[in-house]
This record gives sequence, structure tokens and C-alpha cells, in this order.
Amino acid sequence: MDRITAKDIMNEASAGATPVQAIENLVLPALVRIGQGWEKGKTALAQVYMAGRICEELVDSMLPASVREAKARRKMAIVVLEDFHVLGKRIVYSVLRASGFDLLDYGRQDVAGLVRRVEEDGIEVLFISTLMLPSALRVAKAREKLDHRTKLVVGGAPFRLDEELWREVGADAMGRSAADAIRIAQDLSGGGP
Amino acid sequence: MTRAEMSSLERVLTTLGHREPDRVPLFLLVTMHGAKELGLSFEEYFSRAENVVEGQLRLRARYRHDCLLGFFYASIEVEAWGGEVIYREDGPVNSGRPFIRKPEEIATLEPPIVEESARLVEVLRAIEMLKARVGDEVPIIGAVISPLSLPVMQMGFDKYLDLMYEQPELFWQLMRVNEEFCVRWANAQLAAGATAIAYFDPVSSPTITPPESYPSTGFEIARRTLARIKGPSATHLASGRCLPIVDDIARTGTQILGVSALEDLAEVKAACQGRLTVLGNLNGVEMRRWTPERAEMLAKEAIAKAGPGGGFILADNHGEIPWQVPEEVLTAISEAVQRWGRYPLSWVASHD
Repeated sequence: MDRITAKDIMNEASAGATPVQAIENLVLPALVRIGQGWEKGKTALAQVYMAGRICEELVDSMLPASVREAKARRKMAIVVLEDFHVLGKRIVYSVLRASGFDLLDYGRQDVAGLVRRVEEDGIEVLFISTLMLPSALRVAKAREKLDHRTKLVVGGAPFRLDEELWREVGADAMGRSAADAIRIAQDLSGGGP
Repeated sequence: MTRAEMSSLERVLTTLGHREPDRVPLFLLVTMHGAKELGLSFEEYFSRAENVVEGQLRLRARYRHDCLLGFFYASIEVEAWGGEVIYREDGPVNSGRPFIRKPEEIATLEPPIVEESARLVEVLRAIEMLKARVGDEVPIIGAVISPLSLPVMQMGFDKYLDLMYEQPELFWQLMRVNEEFCVRWANAQLAAGATAIAYFDPVSSPTITPPESYPSTGFEIARRTLARIKGPSATHLASGRCLPIVDDIARTGTQILGVSALEDLAEVKAACQGRLTVLGNLNGVEMRRWTPERAEMLAKEAIAKAGPGGGFILADNHGEIPWQVPEEVLTAISEAVQRWGRYPLSWVASHD
């Protein structure tokens, strides 16, 4: 978990390129590769988390807010539903921000609180992270209460262990890894690279 | 020829010796279904040892499995440290907001005294009562969260990973305090009558931390901790993968390894090579929507993969079956073991 080397590599990649180009040519492929590695059992979650955090810091230091806004044409947010297991949400949040997307972090919410925030903010793409099966099942309640224009993207252990669960709870997409989250954000946000 | 009927304990001990007992042992790890049996909320059910004892005994009478659980819920350890837990109607009691808010608090952290925690004492009472009821017929399984894995509840997973990578001194200080508590808690359960201790260690899984870090962290901690626990142990990575670290796990002194549904049971059995008994790996999350026919098929498949030669206990992949799994599925698993788990498994060759 070498921040300094990561920064050196980033500086090298940025020479003669715009920040957006550097992110697209270096950070995005690296994060996708690390995320895919986890899906295949080749990378540990701790590595995905630290990579996301380091990249997020690097990108934050070089990317003006205006570029993020331009990139995310649809309004996005992320939440952990009901329990206190926030790691999955933290990883996806970091990885998406490191990929140049902007999204609101709702922290931990129950269904009622989540629906209120989504409606207030006019969220169009909502990433929901869960670790416990009961929380994953509760996504169906959120789906019932939310306008169908809000696309729900779910992720977390229950969805990885039961491949049918995301459809059962009425989600629009399911991400198995941070790499999937980037791909889905690109597909749904209308502003991806 | 059918072998003479063994007691559950004899069955389990035989398979732990990597020999074939009368049939494949079944550990149906049902913690929450007892509340359903008694018509109680989880909060009521877990408030009194008597309820848990009654629930466990009724569940065993119904499903004829081969263990009783002294384990209430994982976050009970957090209560001993002064943390909060959250009850819900449809799932396990969860740990609440982490009680270590800043890493600096670790410097003054002291391990709780087991006897001073009303909740832990309730678990010990349940184990004592179970032991009084079943004697040496049925193994009673106690449980601890490993020193390496407890901080996920103590401080939150993200903050814990930050600590692990960025403040190694405080990380090791936390490990020392947690080891002390883990040993105390495990030995108190053994003294109360538990036959063995389930050592839940998901953070050691290569799914969570890199396998190359296991020898200097999870392995070293488990080796030290298990050496001080005065009874047999079963290591469970709670749905995390194990294959890249099986050889090291076998050297921690544990006897049983819980296997993830993400890994192939036959491959894990081969990797354990008579050193570890394999426990697993029916997919508990999917189990919720299995038909009885599918439950039978998958239990049969698991027996075919890992049953021959002993060294195998059929169980779920996580160490706790979700509350949403219906009775008919649990019954189908139980019946599948009775039907397909009788040794010798002469049907297995034709199944292949």
C-alpha cells in the first residue's frame, strides 16, 4: 500500500496528458483490474479498499470539481442499507470517485430515510450496499417506495452468493466487484468515459 | 451392511479421526430458528439461557443433527466490551455503532472479564444446561470471534483496515488485548461444558486479506490463541475462501475447517489431506429459496464430494443458517443425510 510510488506513477502518467486522460488511461484500468481480481479470488478485499482510497486521494488532488459534474450527467448516490457494515459502500464510493464520478454519500440509512433523501435530491442512480441477507431483502421495500426512474444498483455478499437475488428484490443491476461498479456507473450515468 | 448406530459425539469424533462413522455427521447451525420454535422475538429468546436451551433441544429433536450450539449471536462479544447491539425481526442481532471511535483509544483498552458480562454469563448458563441435558451424547459447540476479526465490530471494517495498514503498532496492541479476551472467553465456555470452540476468523480469509499476509498475521495470532484454548477448535472463515491458506491453517492447531460455497468441496477436501476435517458448504443464502428436492440433491452432491473416508461434516457455508430458510428445506437436508449419508457410501462411485 505504497502511496508515494502510486503518486510517482500518477505524475509520470500525467506528464503531457490532461487529468481526465491520466485517470482514464491509468487509474480506471488499474481499478478495474484489481476489482476483477477480487471477483476471481486473486485479490483481497483489503487491497481493493486501499487501492480505491489511494486512487481517490490522488484523483481528488488533480481533478477539478467541474470535471466531475460534467462527467456525472445523471445524479447518483450511494448508501449502506440498515446495518453498520460500511466497507462495501466505502470501496465503491472511493473507486467511483477515483474514476472521476461524483456521487452523494448517504452513509447508513433505513428504508424510510433513504427514500426521503433520494426524493429530496432527485437521485437517478442509487448504489445500495448490503452485507446481511435481511438488509438485502429490504431492497425490495425501497424499490416499492421509489419512483422507477431511480435505477437501483445493488451489491454485497448476499447478491454474490445468490445470483438470482438482485432480480427478486427488483434491482436494475447487480455489481459483483468494484470493477462492475465502474462499468455500471458508466452505463447508467450517461457521463462515463 | 449398515454400521451400528453411533451417538452424535461418537460420529463426530470418528470423522475427526478421518475414519468413516455410521453416517455423515450433520451440523445444522441454526441459531435463530429456536425463537420461531418457541414463538418468541429474538430479543426475548436470547434474553434467557433457558429459551436457547429449549430451542436448541427442540431443533435437534426435529432435525436429528449432530451438535448443539452454545452460540447466541456474534455481536454478543461486542456487548461484553460495552458496545451496543441492534435487534431486528428478521435476522441476526447486529453490532451497532463501533465503540472504538479513535485508534488512540486502543492504547488504554482492557479485555473484559467474562464473569462481569451479564450476556456472556447467560451463554455460559445455556452451555451448562445443555451439558446437563445431553452429557456426552452430543457435542456442544461454543464460539469465539478471532482476535483478528473482532475489530470489524469493535471499530468498523474500513477504520480497521486503515489501522492494519497505517498504524501497525496500535494494530498489534489491539491484537494482544483481543487475544487475551478470546482465550478467556473460549476457556470459560469449555469450562461450562462446551465440547469444542468454533473460531470465527473471516478476516484471515484470502477473500478479505492477502494470503501472503496470513503467515505473519492471522496464522500467528491463531497459533498463539488456539494453543492457549484448552479444547478442540474449528476454524470458520464464514463464507470466505480458504484454499490458498489451507496448509497454514492446518498448522494452527485447529481440527475443522469451515468451507465457503465459493469453493469446490472436493478440492478443499483434497487440500485438507487428512489434516483437517471439512465442514460445509451448502449455500445458506440460496437455501432460502431451495425446494426440498434441490436441498436433497445438493446435500447428496456434497456428501459425494467430501464424504468418502470420513473427515467431513455436512453444514452450511457460513456457520449460521439464515432465519429465512424454511423448515421444509432443513427437513430435506436432514432426510438427505439419513438417506445418502450412511457409510459405506457405496452409491458414490455410481454417482460419479
